[in-house]
Amino acid sequence: MTRSSVPTVPAQNQPTTTAAHVPDGPQGVGLGPLQLRSFLALLLRDLTVLRRNVPEFALRTLLQPVLFSFVFAYLFPRIGQGLSSQANFADVLVPGLVAVTAVFCGVSTVSLPLAIEFGATREIEDRIMAPVPGWAIATEKIVFGAVQSLAAGLLVLPACVLTSATPVNVEVRDPALLVVVALLACWISGALGLVVGTVVEPKRMGLAFSTLIVPLTFFGCVYYPWQALTPLPWLKVAVLANPVVYLSEGLRAALTPSVPHMSTAAYLGAGTAFATAMTVLGLRLFQRRVRL
Amino acid sequence: MAERVEPSTAVSVSGLFKRYGPRTAVAGIDLDVGVGEAFALLGPNGAGKTTTVNVCTTRSLPSGGRVRVAGWDVASQGVRVRRDIGVVTQHNTLDRSCSVEQNLYLHCRLFGMGHRSARTRTVELLETFRLASRARVDPTRLSGGMVQRLQIARAIAHRPRVLFLDEPTTGLDPQSRLSLWEQIDLLRREGTSVLLTTHHMEEAERLCDRVAIMDHGRVLVCGTPDALKRECGVDTVVALTLADPSAVPAARLSALAHVRSVDTVEGGYRIGTTAGQAHVAQIVTAALDGTILHLSVTEPTLETVFITLTGRELRD
Ligand SMILES: Nc1ncnc2c1ncn2[C@@H]1O[C@H](COP(=O)(O)OP(=O)(O)OP(=O)(O)O)[C@@H](O)[C@H]1O
Ligand SMILES: [Mg+2]
Repeated sequence: MTRSSVPTVPAQNQPTTTAAHVPDGPQGVGLGPLQLRSFLALLLRDLTVLRRNVPEFALRTLLQPVLFSFVFAYLFPRIGQGLSSQANFADVLVPGLVAVTAVFCGVSTVSLPLAIEFGATREIEDRIMAPVPGWAIATEKIVFGAVQSLAAGLLVLPACVLTSATPVNVEVRDPALLVVVALLACWISGALGLVVGTVVEPKRMGLAFSTLIVPLTFFGCVYYPWQALTPLPWLKVAVLANPVVYLSEGLRAALTPSVPHMSTAAYLGAGTAFATAMTVLGLRLFQRRVRL
Repeated sequence: MAERVEPSTAVSVSGLFKRYGPRTAVAGIDLDVGVGEAFALLGPNGAGKTTTVNVCTTRSLPSGGRVRVAGWDVASQGVRVRRDIGVVTQHNTLDRSCSVEQNLYLHCRLFGMGHRSARTRTVELLETFRLASRARVDPTRLSGGMVQRLQIARAIAHRPRVLFLDEPTTGLDPQSRLSLWEQIDLLRREGTSVLLTTHHMEEAERLCDRVAIMDHGRVLVCGTPDALKRECGVDTVVALTLADPSAVPAARLSALAHVRSVDTVEGGYRIGTTAGQAHVAQIVTAALDGTILHLSVTEPTLETVFITLTGRELRD
């Protein structure tokens, strides 16, 4: 391409922004200090909205897992219901519930507003006028989903432990492992939320959730450890497509290691691969949708 | 490729093409908006106005040609472009989850202001745009005029060099429109360059130094409103409302001396002539068969220019 011509009229009141003329936009990677401020402002916006909805957030996050925990780990043992005959059923259940709650909180709190911004309100048209590259706007969504996912996990863990009638043997042998698994769970939730919010139309969101939540939960090794699937080898393999499996297993390893669980390399490796894939896919889809 | 040209023009569009699949929305246009100038893109629905604005604001990537805004290249320096522009889209894109005040405050933060200066600027804008009494309500509870005021307030909150307004006054009552025009005047006095699109001739004439008339993705003419009116050759417009238009064939009117254009409108004709008011009488005589209900003789407007160029009305 030819070099740009010299300006004909010298600008008087314009600041001379010369120096480095690094192209930004699609090919630029990394954020300068100004762009970082803008990125943080995007987070500030989402946190401002979240603050307005704290009670709603708490209710949505807590209701399901606490009821589950109440029925399975409090009610069933009292009335002698089958499932809970296992001595350490609460140890199996609590990490699973935390994992699945964190994932769905992250996914739904990112995808639903995002789909509405894309569709009905078209607010996205303003959001993408932010002075940061498009990928940074999408990344902020992942980060915000991760933050909410973490908040949900931190809220749900004590709630489940408290509701359980049988004591939960929480035993954090390796705090670093817990941190890594938690971060992985948050990352997966945010990235999955970005993908769902970009792909699914708002009016299909209800359908998407009801068709997604149930299988991901039931086949996410939430109520049983992965090892318990050994009698059904095909299912044991099939559930590996479900990222919730790696998070349930990972949280078991980190919180209740007495329950049998996958090897560290397996859930961290597969989980990271899944998170990376979802991130790349989400950023691509987002860019394609916002730049006409 | 990614050098900044110190802007002598606020917006410089050269050879811009934009295709959506097989459809060409913008078919090779050239435009320049000077620093401090106000420029209007005028055209009917589907002319390609929004598409042009979208490319200038980095919403769309050009399929061909080159666009510079505030000296930055829109294709390779999108972030720098966005830092220097303010955008009001054709649709309401206010943040429905935040209050009026938060919309402004968060926008200021987004463009790098600290907490204190963002607060100060928010208060200032709420005053200027007469929204202070509504600071804490949600934008969904504002009237159309207020929504538009807030959108403009937000767009200029970071003091952009170039402001893009896509049909800023469509759907507003005359009073709100007037008050928005005043706000835009104010911005211009502060030196902001403005590119706006509109269907509304009067708006273009009133607000803008220069006007480009677009249709089917091309610029038909571009210049000051006065120059365009002069160049279209018509100096008098005679509008006739007839009881029976079919009794007066358009061909009869076109055949008259000094008649440049005959445009069929509802219930009659609009006739452009080049001979001042001297020849109104011959038109009246020619139209007597149709029984004249109403007759008006006016100076040409931009609408006349558009009709002369395309044979169509601007608002369709
Ligand atoms: N995202 C898109 N995908 C496909 N076609 C598009 C898209 N956006 C615009 N077009 C087409 O491009 C053409 C120009 O549209 P544009 O929105 O630029 O017109 P406009 O002058 O702004 O019209 P209006 O006055 O109705 O706003 C139209 O034919 C439109 O259908
Ligand atoms: Mg438009």
